[in-house]
Amino acid sequence: MLTLEKRPNPSRFWTIVTPLLAVALTMIAGGLLFAILGKNPVEAIRTIFWDPLFNEQFAAYSRPQLLVKAGPLVLIAVGLSLGFRANIWNIGAEGQYIMGAICGTAVALAFYPAEHWYIFPLMILAGALGGWGWAMIPAFLKNRFGTNEILVSLMLVYVAENVESWMAFGPMRNPQGMGFPGSRNLQQYPAAANPELIPGTGIHWGVVAAGLAVLLAYALLKRHIFGFHVRVAGQSPRAARFAGVEPKRLFTLCMGISGACAGLAGLFEVAGPSGQITDSFNVGYGFTAIIVAYLGRLHPIGILLAGLLLALTYIGGEIAQLQLNLPASAIQAFQGMLLFFLLGLDVLSNYRIKRKGAQK
Amino acid sequence: MTLGGIDIVVLIASLMSASTPILLAAIGELVAERSGVLNLGVEGMMIVGAICGFVVAVHSGSPVLGFFAAAAAGAAMAVLFAFLTQVLLSNQVATGLALTLFGLGLSALMGQGYNGLKPPSTPDIRFGPLADIPVIGPILFSHDWVLYLSLLIVLGTWVFLTHSRAGLVLRAVGENHDAAHALGYRVRLIRTAALAWGGACAGLGGAYLSLVRVPQWAEGMTAGAGWIALAIVVFASWRPWRVLLGAYIFGGVTVLQLRLQAAGIAIPVQILSTAPYLITILVLVVMSARRGRAALGAPAALGRVFHASN
Repeated sequence: MLTLEKRPNPSRFWTIVTPLLAVALTMIAGGLLFAILGKNPVEAIRTIFWDPLFNEQFAAYSRPQLLVKAGPLVLIAVGLSLGFRANIWNIGAEGQYIMGAICGTAVALAFYPAEHWYIFPLMILAGALGGWGWAMIPAFLKNRFGTNEILVSLMLVYVAENVESWMAFGPMRNPQGMGFPGSRNLQQYPAAANPELIPGTGIHWGVVAAGLAVLLAYALLKRHIFGFHVRVAGQSPRAARFAGVEPKRLFTLCMGISGACAGLAGLFEVAGPSGQITDSFNVGYGFTAIIVAYLGRLHPIGILLAGLLLALTYIGGEIAQLQLNLPASAIQAFQGMLLFFLLGLDVLSNYRIKRKGAQK
Repeated sequence: MTLGGIDIVVLIASLMSASTPILLAAIGELVAERSGVLNLGVEGMMIVGAICGFVVAVHSGSPVLGFFAAAAAGAAMAVLFAFLTQVLLSNQVATGLALTLFGLGLSALMGQGYNGLKPPSTPDIRFGPLADIPVIGPILFSHDWVLYLSLLIVLGTWVFLTHSRAGLVLRAVGENHDAAHALGYRVRLIRTAALAWGGACAGLGGAYLSLVRVPQWAEGMTAGAGWIALAIVVFASWRPWRVLLGAYIFGGVTVLQLRLQAAGIAIPVQILSTAPYLITILVLVVMSARRGRAALGAPAALGRVFHASN
């Protein structure tokens, strides 16, 4: 009979090894899943993880896509990770992402067709504020009334999706769009566009912002008192009080930062790769970012790597759809499995496995 | 009896049907939470139940078999959650989220090729002349068997929790797992059983959506119903009859909102569709503002990891 013994501190070794192990196990379980679907598992795994980077036919298109998809994932996940460390559960990033995009687009459409240098910076500001404002609703309700932030932030995702759909069919609909739903395409409006900065790399301002967010979060957690507060609040709320943490302030800050990051990600997406607000603008980055944050161990560098890996599964999934007729949703199930394995394997970093009756 | 062009009797009869998925999921989650486990994967269990029930019902031609399959699938998902949180001691919040994400993906995968099919119908039970009584007939005697089952489950849950020894043990585990463990109760086993029951109920709720309410399969068709169910448990202060009340209020809002859409009121459809979510938030705020009493209802060990040191 095996029993578990709590480690005084999480094992450093297992903290780094478990994500890798989880990825390996997910590949095996995913292979089984594909086999059940009647696909060759080896071919499916190769199509998802290898072809986007190294297949001559696809790599030219899919390599830049890697950064295009990793950008929003990393940006949102870095924001979320600060809160998750302090046990603050903003799981409504998808909604904040949508509101950021809508607010940024509103600024662009208000100026259309003027050409000023300050339009794009203003949009960035509006995007961040949109996401921040949407996240402030659960933050305010939690601080004022003690309302559970998980449920409120999640309910607001559904509200945001409806607002998005209303915008696409109503106020923001392109007057020259032949009656189709959807706003003007911002890519065709130079002052508001978020173009590819270096051709062939997929780098746009959102990717730059994600990189900056990683560096900032790293510095914040390592060097700044705020980072210390976040860490201590997560590990021991009681000790945090003694260390001078004001829980409400910390809560507002963490929710605000994660909301602003998600809003920015939405803005860069709508002004860049997506181009317009439609009723299907959001594709679940806000939820996948939760997996990214965990897979990256809530650590900025880890999140960067995890974001790239999950971006790879998105692109690989698209190729697998074309090549193997694999349904798009298979990737979603795949990502869910990854989180399962990761959470399950965490037992290894937090506990020692002992045989019952063995000497201590 | 009409009010603003809306027939009240029809409204009440249809709100009962509209509330049933949420009611089933919420009453199941209530049992799981009373045993001290917070399972945020209700949405995932519901949608897997919805597709499993749908697939089995379409192939077997029997909606009853479909509902059984849905309950089994929901319970299987819950046991997976129980394994992770009770044996591998993972974080309940994160694992619940994982269950929802996984369930949404898995159901979409399983549902390939089932779009647009019609499931065998679940007829209303015939009560003969009872159904013809004005007002009472349409409200009480014109529903399908699952709806009556959901009411029976609420009654059964109340009897179980407040009038049975097993229910007392379950609540003890939820209030203080260390004390229950010291008394020799098998905390993990009891919690796993409670979770599996919750999963089965959520699966039934999902299948009610895909087999009776809609009745069709569509990706992501639960559209937050599982999360609303979680909110209703909070609203109900973890008491069975209040879950019924809460679910019917939400069903009422949903139905009213749909009727207003149909009546062509001058508010955009999408804005009306936000009503159930906004009402949920509002109710959560009201409940948490009366903090003292709401907190009394919550099981003391809710969400805490149980690890027996020896």
